[in-house]
Amino acid sequence: MKDMDTQGYTTADGRKIGGVVMEMKNITLRFGGVMAISNISFDIREGEIRAIIGPNGAGKSSMLNVISGFYNPQEGEVIYKGQKRPQMKPYQVARQGIARTFQNIALFEGMTVLDNVMTGRIRQMNAGLLAQAIWKGKAEREETENREAVEKIIDFLEIQHIRKTPVGRLPYGLKKRVELARALAAEPSILLLDEPMAGMNVEEKEDMSRFILDVNDEFGTTIVLIEHDMGVVMDLSDRVVVMDYGKKIGDGTPDEVRNNQAVIDAYLGVAHD
Amino acid sequence: MFYREAGDFKTSYKDDSQTFPIKFDRMRYYLVLIAAFAVVPFVINDYWVNAVFLPFLIYSIAAIGLNILVGYCGQVSLGTGGFMAVGAYACYKLMTGFPEVSILIHIILAGGITAGVCLLFGLPSLRIKGFYLAVATLAAQFFLVWMFNRVSWFYNYSASGQITAPETTVMGVAVTGPATEPWAAYLFCLVFCVACALLARNLTRGMAGRKWMAIRDMDIAAEIIGVNPLKAKLSAFAISGFFVGIAGALFFAVYLGAVEVGEAFGIQKSFLVLFMVIIGGLGSIFGSFAGAAFLVLLPVLLKNTLVGGLGWPTDLAAHLEFMIVGGLIVLFLIAEPHGLAQLWRVAKEKLRLWPFPH
Repeated sequence: MKDMDTQGYTTADGRKIGGVVMEMKNITLRFGGVMAISNISFDIREGEIRAIIGPNGAGKSSMLNVISGFYNPQEGEVIYKGQKRPQMKPYQVARQGIARTFQNIALFEGMTVLDNVMTGRIRQMNAGLLAQAIWKGKAEREETENREAVEKIIDFLEIQHIRKTPVGRLPYGLKKRVELARALAAEPSILLLDEPMAGMNVEEKEDMSRFILDVNDEFGTTIVLIEHDMGVVMDLSDRVVVMDYGKKIGDGTPDEVRNNQAVIDAYLGVAHD
Repeated sequence: MFYREAGDFKTSYKDDSQTFPIKFDRMRYYLVLIAAFAVVPFVINDYWVNAVFLPFLIYSIAAIGLNILVGYCGQVSLGTGGFMAVGAYACYKLMTGFPEVSILIHIILAGGITAGVCLLFGLPSLRIKGFYLAVATLAAQFFLVWMFNRVSWFYNYSASGQITAPETTVMGVAVTGPATEPWAAYLFCLVFCVACALLARNLTRGMAGRKWMAIRDMDIAAEIIGVNPLKAKLSAFAISGFFVGIAGALFFAVYLGAVEVGEAFGIQKSFLVLFMVIIGGLGSIFGSFAGAAFLVLLPVLLKNTLVGGLGWPTDLAAHLEFMIVGGLIVLFLIAEPHGLAQLWRVAKEKLRLWPFPH
C-alpha cells in the first residue's frame, strides 16, 4: 500500500496516475449540533479524476469547502503534497494551487470574460502597486505574458467570441464555461468542480464532459468533481467516493461502487420491516 | 461613419490592453490634452478659472479617488470631505513647516498622509459592509472635522482658526497666494489631474483593479480565487485616500487659498463628491470627469442663463438653480442608473454602427 502511494498506477485507457497529492484523514465537520461530515478519509492521486457523489445533503459540498479551506474541520487533517496543512484562509489555499468552481456560478458579473479569467492568474502576477500605477517594467511584462497564457485557455474552452463581453450578459452554459476557464487560468494542481453540469441540457453536458476530459488529458490536472448525473460520473471518473449523511459509504472504481450494496441502498432506499 | 474599429487590428496583447484601443478615441484624447495644455491657458480669464476650471479639475481628482473606492472596490464611503480636509491640513502644515521644499512635493506628501489616514478608517471595512460601512466612514467625517477645529496645532494656533496658504512658486511662477496668475493655477491643477487620471487608469486596468472589482462583485468568490480581501480593501482605501488628499490639498492651497474646515470640508462635500461619482458612473474614470463636470458646470450655466440671459433676480435664480439641479439628478438616475459614463458608452456603440444600424 505504501508503494502505491508514491508510484501510482496506469488506468485501463493508458493514462498514468501518479502518487497521492492530497489525503483527507479522519475529517469531521460540525455546524453546532449538525454533523456535516463525520470521520471521512480518502485520498486524491495526481492526474486522476476523482468524483464525490451522494444524495442531497450528504455533505459533498461541505467536503469540497474543507478542501478549498472555506471550512475548517473540527477534527482530522488535510495532507497536501506530503505535508499536513495548517489552518489557512481560503486565499492562502488558492495560492497553493487549489482552484475551484461553484455550484451556483460565482463569477464577477461586472467584469468582462477576459478580466474574469485574468483574475484567475492572481498566483502568477505579483507586480507591486507602484509598478502597476506606472504601467512599466514588471507590471506591463506580467500583463502581456499572462494574457498569452489566458488566451490559450480561452481558445481551449472555445470562448474567444465573448472575450470582451461583460459576464452578466452571458447565458448560463457559457457562464459555467467561463468559470471553468477562470479556475484553469490558475494552473491549479488540484481543480475542484462543484456540480459543473447542474442545470444543463444533454448537449451542454456533453460539451462540458469533453472539456473536463480534455483538461485532464492536456494539462494533466487532478480533478475532484461533484456531480449528480450518474452516467456522467461513471464515465468520467477514475475513482469515486460515495457519501451519505456525512459518512463515507463507498470508495473505489466506478464498477466497484456500482455494485456496492450500501451505495445501492442509499440511492434506492431500503425496505424497513 | 468615421467612428470605426473595423480595420483597426491589434497584433500584440500590449496594443489590445491600452487605454484607448480605438484609434479615433486615441486621437480625440490627444486632441483634448493638447487643447487643455496649449490653448486653454492662453484664452482663459480669472472668472473662467475660478468658476469653472479649477473646481472641475479638483473635483475630478476627488471623484477619481472616491470612484476607486466606491465604484471599483464597492466600499461605500461618506468621509470624503474629512479626507480632503486631511489633505488640506497636511499640505498646510508641510508648507509652513518646510517652506524651502517645493509645493509639488508637499502636495504629493499630503496625498500620502491622507492615504494613511484613509487606510486607518478603512479598517472597519474588513468586518462590515454596505450601509453599515457608510455609517462608520461618516464617523471619520465628523471626527476629522472636529479634530481640525479643536486641535489648534493643526492651524498653527491662528486666532481665526483658519488656515491660509503662503505664497509658493514652481519654477519661479507663483501657484499659491494672492499673486497667482489664473493660468498658472489652472496649469498646476491640470498637471495633477492628468497625472492622477493616468495613474488611476493604469491601476484599474491591471491586476489591482481586477482584485478590487472581484471584491466588489463577489467577495467570497474573490477570496477563494486567491484575492486577499484585507489587502485588496485596504489598498483601495489607501489609493483612494491618496487622490482625495491631493484634491483636498489643491482645493485649499490653489483654489480657495484660505480655509475654515467646517465650511469647506463639511459633510455636504462628501455628498457632493459621492453624487459626482454616482451621476458620472460607478467604476469609470471617464465617469468621474463627467460627474464632476455635470455638478460644477450645471449651476454655473444655469446662473448665467437665468441671471445673465433672462435677467431674473439673483435670489430667485439661486433657488431655482437648486430645484433644477436636483430635478435633473433624479431624472438622470431614473433614465440611466449607470450614469453618464454608460450614456457615453451607449452613444459610442450607436456611433459605431451609424448610419446603418441594422
